Amino acid sequence: MVLFAPSAGGGQDTIFTGTNSGASTVRIAVADFKVLGSDPQSAALRSTFDATLYADLATAGIFDIVSKSLMPPGTPGTPSEIQLPNYANAPASAAFVGFGSLNVTGGKLIVNGYLFDAKNLQYPQILAKQYSDEPSEDSARQIAHQFADEIILRLGGGTPGIAETKIYYSQASGGNKEIYVMDYDGADGHAITHLGTISISPRVSPDNTRVAFASLGKNGFQIRMWSLVLGRMVNFNSFGDLNQSPAWSPDGRELAYSSTRSGTPSIWISDSNGTLARRVTSFKGGDVSPVYNPRTGAQMAFISGRTGLPQLYTMNSDGSGVQPMTDGGYVSSPSWSPNGQVLAFAWDRKYGPGAPGGQDIYVMEVATHKWQQLTHDGGRCDFPSWSPDGRHIVYANSSDGRANHTRIWTMLADGTQQRPLTGPGADMPNWSWK
Amino acid sequence: MDLRMQEKAMMTSRSTQSQSFLTSRVGPALLLAIALAAVTGCGKKTAPINPASTAPTVTAPVPAPTASLTADPLAIDLGGSVVLNWRTTDSTSVAIDGIGPVNVNGTQTVSPSSSTNFHLVAKGDGGTVEANVRVTVRVPVAPTVPVEAANSNTSADMGSEEVFHQNVPDMYFDYDSASLRPDGEAAAVKAASYLVAHPDIRIVIGGYCDDRGSAEYNLALGENRANAAKTALVNAGVAPARIRVVSYGKEKQFCTDETEACWQQNRRAQFSLDR
Repeated sequence: MVLFAPSAGGGQDTIFTGTNSGASTVRIAVADFKVLGSDPQSAALRSTFDATLYADLATAGIFDIVSKSLMPPGTPGTPSEIQLPNYANAPASAAFVGFGSLNVTGGKLIVNGYLFDAKNLQYPQILAKQYSDEPSEDSARQIAHQFADEIILRLGGGTPGIAETKIYYSQASGGNKEIYVMDYDGADGHAITHLGTISISPRVSPDNTRVAFASLGKNGFQIRMWSLVLGRMVNFNSFGDLNQSPAWSPDGRELAYSSTRSGTPSIWISDSNGTLARRVTSFKGGDVSPVYNPRTGAQMAFISGRTGLPQLYTMNSDGSGVQPMTDGGYVSSPSWSPNGQVLAFAWDRKYGPGAPGGQDIYVMEVATHKWQQLTHDGGRCDFPSWSPDGRHIVYANSSDGRANHTRIWTMLADGTQQRPLTGPGADMPNWSWK
Repeated sequence: MDLRMQEKAMMTSRSTQSQSFLTSRVGPALLLAIALAAVTGCGKKTAPINPASTAPTVTAPVPAPTASLTADPLAIDLGGSVVLNWRTTDSTSVAIDGIGPVNVNGTQTVSPSSSTNFHLVAKGDGGTVEANVRVTVRVPVAPTVPVEAANSNTSADMGSEEVFHQNVPDMYFDYDSASLRPDGEAAAVKAASYLVAHPDIRIVIGGYCDDRGSAEYNLALGENRANAAKTALVNAGVAPARIRVVSYGKEKQFCTDETEACWQQNRRAQFSLDR
């Protein structure tokens, strides 16, 4: 029943989450980009670009970024203008330098970006890219994300960066909840549904074409499907009083969810239109929140109340080989890491009436059941969701436990660098697959 | 087409043996028809016979016609069909009201929309005879509207909200439990007797949870709570089709304090009229 060979981190004290996979932390400097030309928009676009690029690299989890105060003076715009020893020597002591120029000309925003190896004076160039887009704040941010992902891909052990990924979530407004999407760094949050009801549990398809979620209608919560390509609802067949907590299979062909069509809430799997539904669990008490192993698609984790308080279980995707992963407290909202080795979930280990338990985010290595607590004393945490590079976890946190004070936070998968991405009312984040 | 041909074939084959059929088969309808035929036939037959005029040419007296009409089955549901079967003897023309002239012996499938008296008149040289059969059509009875409902313009056949909530109280649950407590069982008995006495009421049971724990698991828990309430009502005699179940989980709260009193308010199965 052990599905995984012991991971490379099996001998470590803490769980090997992949945060430091591929490369040890490298020290990188990012110079402010040089403004070329005289267009009045340039200065504002440059500061947006610089701030976005700096934040992308600083939060990537693989860099030790040179703080602005330690940077050498000057804004080199081209390879001929940069003095690499200034960056390689103390106090910057950078191994790599990112720099370039930004220009608004002919109604276009042109960005030239370079990544140089500060220690290799003979052949320093690693990367040279040119980007061209509409001159707007949004495109300045998107270009910075693209350039950051290029740098992370090359210096991060070949794992693609996540600066262009999205986070889907449920946003409360006026008694209703709509499905929203934002950039991975919290920018540009906006509604994608306007259904005027309570819509929760968004899950984006692996190919970023559809969002499945649960929405309250006359017959209770039902699975609904939004096409990001068509910009409208598309059909999804559900039967029974309650269908909720959808999860995409990694090939995008199937959807697992909790359905009551057979009476008690059980895990069902159908195709992505809701047809050919089949039941995979059959226990009293209620099974919810399935999630596929994104690496194989052959296993699933889910939450079940079959023994009392809800606990975490894994099983094969055909319903066989059910294994309990926890045996106490109150567990919710599993998310399976992209490398298939670690589960993240919310756990209140001392749950009960009057108990001083806190609901926090935990990770557990699937093969060993070894777990580690990632959040501490920060209020109620729920809905962890892994970034596609496995280095980050986004989650919901309410510092005082009140539902309407819930914000979306992000952290590295080892629990460090926790910071909020949204204001209150945002809940149930789901990180896109790519 | 096939059916009609079959029917004809049946008709001819039966008319050849109609005599034996008549004597051998004695049903209530048939007896009645024979009795009717005897009474009416006698009355009509006696009048034209003048003993003096007929005396020289005494032949066999023209027998009075006989007729029988049966239906199988005698009672149908609306939309069903019934087979009429009639037999006559010594008749020259036969007609059934609503169908028109028919063969002297025959069958026909009919599908009346309401209870109907089929009336057959057979005329022969010996007189006229009638036969009747009544086919009962069971029409689904529309729900009767109570007087107070007929007077109001809305769907008040469900009664008022206040009376409903007095008699169908909400049920409360223990923490993380979907089992009815003793007070819930008592409430279910009271609610069921009210609902059985007011069969026009349809209800929605909303399942609610306090705001601790997971949103998705609480939706399942709310569903289990609403279903526990539904099961209690169904076991007490309320038709399941009258009950709809909706779980709200922790998405709709009755109060938002972080106290046990407030949590208890939120852990409930709430009943409302399904208008």
